[in-house]
Amino acid sequence: MSVEVITQVISALMLGVGGVFAMIGGIGLVRFPDVFTRLHAGSIADTLAPLLIIGGLILLVGFDLLTFKLLAILFFLLFTTPAASHATARAAIAAGLKPLGDDTRAQGDSSSNT
Amino acid sequence: MEAVLLGTILAVFTTMALALWRALAGPSVYDTIVGVNAFGTKTVLLVALISFFTGHHDLIDVALVYALINFIAVIAVLKLVRQRDLATSGASRER
Repeated sequence: MSVEVITQVISALMLGVGGVFAMIGGIGLVRFPDVFTRLHAGSIADTLAPLLIIGGLILLVGFDLLTFKLLAILFFLLFTTPAASHATARAAIAAGLKPLGDDTRAQGDSSSNT
Repeated sequence: MEAVLLGTILAVFTTMALALWRALAGPSVYDTIVGVNAFGTKTVLLVALISFFTGHHDLIDVALVYALINFIAVIAVLKLVRQRDLATSGASRER
């Protein structure tokens, strides 16, 4: 079990799990009832799947200029995707879209996420 | 290793199909934006994976540039939807 094989196995695992999380995010994007929950599912998958997949690719490369480029991609993705999701959510609220649980709470019920 | 890369590429393809479906079917315009944003992020991953699958490692720059452009596009579309045009500054007309 040389170091080479171990890194190959670990990167294969990370790539696989990253792919699975990407699909879970995609399914969440489709099945959730409301804009904000879809945003939640989409943006969570958008940060975790790249983390695992690009992490797996970095393990494949070892230490190289390519690794720095992959880290740059990861860095940009991990900063811009949450910002874009936040902007989308604020824009949706500013446009008057209410999250799903809001109308029930309006009639005096306790909030669903207490 | 090729099989794992191919499996991940197929997984990213299905995610892109789901995101595209959400973008097309989304009732409100913000669903479309969420779908397009997810589609763009997955394209970045796809380009990175394909560059590793085929061995042409200089394709990574495409993924790098696309990650940035995707973010700018989402913000521009949000502003377009909010202000009806990209020229006016947000603070001037507070509806």
